[in-house]
Amino acid sequence: MSLLEVRDLAVSYDGRRAVEGVSFTVEPGEVVAVVGESGSGKSTTAHAIIGLLPGNAAVESGRVLLGDADLATWSQRRLRTVRGARVGLVPQDPSTSLDPVKTVGAQIGEVLRLHGRRDRREVRARVLDLLARVGLPDPETRARQYPHELSGGMRQRVLIAIAIALGPSLIIADEPTSALDATVQRRILDLLDDLRAESGTAVLLVTHDLGVAAGRSDHLVVMKDGGIVEQGRTSEVLAAPRAEYTRRLLADAPALSARPFRDPPAADEPAVVVRDLVREFRVGRRPFRAVDGVSFEVARGTTHALVGESGSGKTTTARTVVRFARPTSGTVTVTGAPDGRGFRRHVQLVHQNPYGSLDPRQTVGEIVEEPLRNFGAGDRATRRARVADLVERVALPEDVLTRRPRELSGGQRQRVAIARALAAGPELLVLDEAVSALDVTVQAQILDLLDGLQRELGLTYLFISHDLAVVRQISHTVSVMNEGRIVETGTTRQVFTDPRHPYTRELLAAIPEPVR
Amino acid sequence: MVLLRVEVAAVTRYLLSRVGQAALVLWAAFTAGYLLLQLLPGDAILIKFQNPELGLSPGQIAEIRSYYAPGSPFLDYLRTLTGFLHGSFGYSIDTGTPVVERLGEALPETARLASAAFLLALVIAVVIAFAGSHSRTSWIRGALLSVPSLLVAVPAFWLGILLIQVFSFRLRLMPVIGGSELQQLVLPVLTLAVPVSAPIAQVLASSIDEVSTQPFVPVVAAKGASRWWILWRHVARNAVLPTMTVAGLTFGELVAGSVVTETVFGRNGIGRLTEQAVNAQDTPVLLAVVVLAAGAFVLVNLVVDLLFPVLDPRLRAAS
Repeated sequence: MSLLEVRDLAVSYDGRRAVEGVSFTVEPGEVVAVVGESGSGKSTTAHAIIGLLPGNAAVESGRVLLGDADLATWSQRRLRTVRGARVGLVPQDPSTSLDPVKTVGAQIGEVLRLHGRRDRREVRARVLDLLARVGLPDPETRARQYPHELSGGMRQRVLIAIAIALGPSLIIADEPTSALDATVQRRILDLLDDLRAESGTAVLLVTHDLGVAAGRSDHLVVMKDGGIVEQGRTSEVLAAPRAEYTRRLLADAPALSARPFRDPPAADEPAVVVRDLVREFRVGRRPFRAVDGVSFEVARGTTHALVGESGSGKTTTARTVVRFARPTSGTVTVTGAPDGRGFRRHVQLVHQNPYGSLDPRQTVGEIVEEPLRNFGAGDRATRRARVADLVERVALPEDVLTRRPRELSGGQRQRVAIARALAAGPELLVLDEAVSALDVTVQAQILDLLDGLQRELGLTYLFISHDLAVVRQISHTVSVMNEGRIVETGTTRQVFTDPRHPYTRELLAAIPEPVR
Repeated sequence: MVLLRVEVAAVTRYLLSRVGQAALVLWAAFTAGYLLLQLLPGDAILIKFQNPELGLSPGQIAEIRSYYAPGSPFLDYLRTLTGFLHGSFGYSIDTGTPVVERLGEALPETARLASAAFLLALVIAVVIAFAGSHSRTSWIRGALLSVPSLLVAVPAFWLGILLIQVFSFRLRLMPVIGGSELQQLVLPVLTLAVPVSAPIAQVLASSIDEVSTQPFVPVVAAKGASRWWILWRHVARNAVLPTMTVAGLTFGELVAGSVVTETVFGRNGIGRLTEQAVNAQDTPVLLAVVVLAAGAFVLVNLVVDLLFPVLDPRLRAAS
C-alpha cells in the first residue's frame, strides 16, 4: 500500500477552482517532487494534504489517503493528531517561519509537548539530540538562542529538526531551499537526503526549481494552472518529456539547458572602471568592511556579472557604482557620465523586486514617463510617443499604459521597470538580482529581452546575481565575490570551465549536473 | 565574566541615557506649562481680590501681586524651577496652603481610580480583541471588532451620567452618596476605563490580525497546535509589543479622563483639583499638576520602553 495517495483532489479559493483533478502517490521512503511555477497550485496541493489551507480555501472533492485514513474527511481536531507526528512540514522561508520571540529550543520542544511528551527533562534531552542530528554544532547554546541569532541555513536546520522530531513517515518540504544561498541550499538538501536514508521517511518536495527536483527526486509531478500536466519517474520525465509544457520548462531552466557561452567581443574601451573600492559600515563600535578592495572593468556593450552569496558585498558594490552610496575609499569611473543629476541619465538601476520598486498609485504610462519629465525631455506629445515606443520595445501590449502595477504579472512588472530605466536613455544598466524573483519561463523571456536590448542599443550591463546558472547564460565576463572581495575574475567561459579558486569550485558544485 | 561586564555597562549606559531624556522631557513640560500659564489673561490674584466687597484698591492688589511674584519674570521662572527641583511647589493662591499638601490629599484618590481603571481597560481590551480574533463566525467577529470604534466615540461625562442613571437611580445597585469604598469606585472606574480600553483593543486586535498572517503561524499549526494554542502562545506574545506602546500613550487619556470623571462623580482627586485650580487660575497648583502628570507619563513610557527588550529578544542586541 502506498504511504500517501492523493486522488482527484480539487481545492477552491472563494469558490474559484485553484486545484483540480490532482492525483499522485507517495511510496514509503520515496522522494516525490511537485514542480510548477507560481500559481500552479503546487503549494496549495501540499498544504491541503494536512488540511492547512487559508481560511478562504476549501477542499471541494477528492481523497487524501494516509494509509487507510482519508484525511480530507477529518475534522481539524483529528488532523492535529497527524500534523507534526505523522506528517512533518518544512516551510519555505526560514527567516520568517520561526516565532521571533521564542527560543529555538522552546520551538523544537513545542512539537514534542503538543504530542504528549510532558516530562521537561526528557523533552530537553530530545531537543539537544535533534539539534545535533540536523548538524548544528553546540546544541546547548543553540537551544537557548533566538531565531534572529541564527543564519538562514541554521534556521532551516531548526525547522527540519521540528519536522523530524517525532519520526514522521512523510515530510512535506515546501520550497525548502528557495530562500537560501546555493551552497547552503545544497547542504540542506543533503541533510534531508541523509535523514531520509537513515529513517526511511518519504519526502514530498514542492519546488519551482527543476534543477533541485531533477537531482533529488525519484518521482516527478509537473503542475500547471492547478492541474497535473505530466508525472512519472524523474529520470524518464527529464529524458523524454511528453508534455509540451514540461519541454518548455526544461528549455527555460537555466540550470538545465547548457546554452553556449557568450564570449566577449574584441577588446573595447571600458565603460566602467572600479579600482580598489572599499565600503565600510559602522556596526556598534567597530567598522565592518562590506566591500574590501574590489577592482574590475566592464567593456562597453558587454555584460559583467558580480556573482556571490548573500553578504558577499555585491549589492553594496552595485549601489556604489550607481552612486547611491559613497565609497569609503577607491574610485568608480563611469566613462562619459557627467556629474550631478546628469549622471542618472547615463546610469540606471533595475531592482530585484519589481513590485516594490513601482509606485502602486501610478499607471504604467506615468511610471515610464516620469524620468522623461524629470529630465525635461520634449513636450507632452513627444513624451507620449517615446513612452509608447519604450513599452513596445520591452514587448508589452499597448493597453498596459493605463493599468497599475498590481494588475500586472511579475514578469510584466519587471518589463515596466526596465522600460522606465531605459526612458532616461542610459548607457549603463545595473541589474540587481533583476530576474531572481521570476519563474523560469518568465525569467528566460526577460533574459532574452535584455539580450536583445543590449544588441540594439549597445547597452553595458552590470549584472548582480546569486544564481550561477543565470549568470552563465547572460554574462560575457564574471567576478566571483566572497566576503567583500573578488576571489576570481575572468570570461564566463574561463570561470565556468576552469575555476581557479576553491570558493568558485564550491559554488559551481552547488548547481545541478547538466551545466557543469 | 568579561562579556557580562560589557553587557552590564551597555545596559547602564542605555538606562542613563533614557533617564536623561526623561529629565529633559520633564523640564520641557515644566517650561511650557509655566509659559502658557503666564500668558493666560487675568490671574488668580485678580480673581481672588478684585471682588468689590473686599474694598481693595488697585495699588493694594499690585502690592499683593509683588508679594507672590516679586522681581522679573525670568527670575521668578528660575525661582519656581529651583523650588520644583527641591520638591517645593509653592503655595496655592486660592487657599494659601502649600501645593504639596493639596496634591498629597488628592493623589491617592486618583491613583486608586486611575490604576483600577487602567487594569480594567486592559481586561476589556484583551477580552474584546481575543474573542473577536478567535471567533470563526464572521458576523460575531465583525461585531466584536467594531466595539472599540464605538467605545472611542463615547464621551466620558455622558457615560458617567448614564451609568449613574441606570445603576444608581433605576436599578438601585450602587448608592449615589455613601456606600463602601469599593462601591464608590465601581462606576467611576468603569467610566474611565471604557474610553481608555478602546484604542488598546483596536491596536491589539489589528496586531493580532497582522501577526496571524505571518509565515510562522502555519508552521506552528503544522506541529499539531490548536487555534487557541497558536493565538495564546505565539500570536499574543508577538502582538503585545505594538500594543504596549499604545497602552503607554493612553496614560495621557487617563489623566484627562479623570478630570471629567472625578467632577461627575464628585471625587476629590487630582482631576477635581485641576478643575478647581483652572476656575481659580491657581497657577502654582496648575503648574504642579502639569509637572506631576508629565512625570507620571514619562515614567510609564520609560517602563514600557524598558519592557520592550525584555519581551522582544530582537531588541536586546539593539539597545
